[in-house]
Amino acid sequence: MSHNHAIDRRNLDWYIDKAVQVLVFIGGISAVVFIVGIFLFITKEGIGFLINTLDLQEFFGSPYWEPSDEDAPEYGILALMAGTASVTGLAMLIAIPFSLGSAIYVAEFATGKTREWLKILIELLAAIPSVVWGFIGLTIMNPLIIELFDVPVGLTVLNAGIILGLMAAPIMTSIAEDALKAVPDRYREAAEALGATRWQIIFKTVLPAAKNGLLGAVLLGVGRGFGETMAVLMATGHAVNIPGSVFDSVRALTATIAAELGETAVGSDHYQVLFTIGLFLFLITFLINLTADLIVRGIRNS
Amino acid sequence: MVNDTRPVKLEIRNLNISYGGQAAISGVNLSIREHEIFGIIGPANAGKTSFLKAINRMDMFDRKMRVEGDILFNGQNVREWRNIYALRSRIGVVFPLPVGLPMSVYDNVALSARLRGIKEKAELDLIVERCLTRAALWDEVKDRLDTLGSLLSGGQQQRLTIARALSQEPELLMLDEFSIAVDPVTTMRIEDVLKELKSEMTIILVTNLVQQARRLADRTAFFLDGECVEIAQTEALFTGQASDPRTQDYVEGRFG
Ligand SMILES: Nc1ncnc2c1ncn2[C@@H]1O[C@H](COP(=O)(O)OP(=O)(O)O)[C@@H](O)[C@H]1O
Ligand SMILES: [Mg+2]
Repeated sequence: MSHNHAIDRRNLDWYIDKAVQVLVFIGGISAVVFIVGIFLFITKEGIGFLINTLDLQEFFGSPYWEPSDEDAPEYGILALMAGTASVTGLAMLIAIPFSLGSAIYVAEFATGKTREWLKILIELLAAIPSVVWGFIGLTIMNPLIIELFDVPVGLTVLNAGIILGLMAAPIMTSIAEDALKAVPDRYREAAEALGATRWQIIFKTVLPAAKNGLLGAVLLGVGRGFGETMAVLMATGHAVNIPGSVFDSVRALTATIAAELGETAVGSDHYQVLFTIGLFLFLITFLINLTADLIVRGIRNS
Repeated sequence: MVNDTRPVKLEIRNLNISYGGQAAISGVNLSIREHEIFGIIGPANAGKTSFLKAINRMDMFDRKMRVEGDILFNGQNVREWRNIYALRSRIGVVFPLPVGLPMSVYDNVALSARLRGIKEKAELDLIVERCLTRAALWDEVKDRLDTLGSLLSGGQQQRLTIARALSQEPELLMLDEFSIAVDPVTTMRIEDVLKELKSEMTIILVTNLVQQARRLADRTAFFLDGECVEIAQTEALFTGQASDPRTQDYVEGRFG
């Protein structure tokens, strides 16, 4: 029996194991705590207005955003939503083909040094701060658009869409490339042995096998577009407007918060409605992620 | 079969394969006749897989792999085929680990036909049913043709792979240690399938089980360290008539 006793003692490995377990648990739980905390904070700041003053029909249905009007302030975010949606939509139209194309090239065709360099370059592009992109929109794209299309202003949906698309493309490329690389080579070999050409291998086996990861990349891009603030603030023209074409200036939800929050009195109606917008953005992002999750799970189960 | 009159399907002359200067196959000569099951046995790293890869030109994407010598398929050197996709589509391959592609069972078997441009549903249905039946899998999957091929059990996936290879209507079927991840009962079923297929195509059977070669192969080659040590009528190898003592040791399990 004393023999067993010696073996059954708690040794250093046991304590390390326990400590790691606790650390990992704290790490995991803290993410949840922070999210819930942020959610509660935003809700707390915006809830009074949401319940007491806000007319939801006006909020979502009115294109008039005049929160600083002394007599009759208007709190309609329809135009702001249209601004965000149009810019994000155009950005995805640009970023999806770009990023999928480059991901396919890097993952399936490039080899050796070319591949390494391209990957480094893509990571570098992804690291450019958004204010720099905004600056490019302001100083390069703006005159370029005026010149090329002969329009009075260049700070438009087109400008911000292109900027946002270029901005989202590298990170989308990076994730899409990971997804393609995660497809086992035996799938490629099996298709190759059937007599499939390079393109057939990619379209018939690699892309279908990677579709979850690719969808993740696209949704990440959409999330990025929704949440991006600085670049769209600088490149959209920041005019409250439901765009009729890509040559109209617009204003995004995020940019509105960024531009106005500093000038409002804490607790005022204007202050609170900005938090309501924040809450709305939070919910949208949550929904996008949830949808992504459900789609991915649906694909897995079918 | 001393006076074999069947035409030669595949002729290998002085084949050398190397990876970055490291030899994997050196100086192999052999010829395989139509409707023959040609067995290849030998320990790991003998060069068996490399040998198969050279035949359907799977060396294309592997920059390190160098192939020298002549491989004549129907008398024509595979290195001179202009359309290697057409070449590959005439050679079916079954890999050691089953590869159910991440698409439905149906799509797995229909893939090759679709690559060839066949679109009509009725024709595809026919191909799918026929190939799955011949691979002894139809009864097990006929009610769930739209489940993912990669979700089938290992043994089923391997038969799916065979069905997919058969859908190419190959002239040559190459199997690389197909039974590694397959249970013994399924292995036996696949072996029965191969015996029947023999009347329609030529088969190269690389196997890790010497007894499998004995059960199926007309002739068997013994590969060792990149060399083809000897080729003989299979029965001769297993009745103590191997001419090389290393072959004798290997088939009797004193080796490798
Ligand atoms: N892709 C590769 N790159 C480098 N060396 C390889 C590659 N494939 C096989 N080899 C080498 O070639 C030799 C033969 O391997 P292989 O043809 O797989 O033999 P077997 O199938 O008989 O086990 C081994 O020494 C192996 O390490
Ligand atoms: Mg092998």
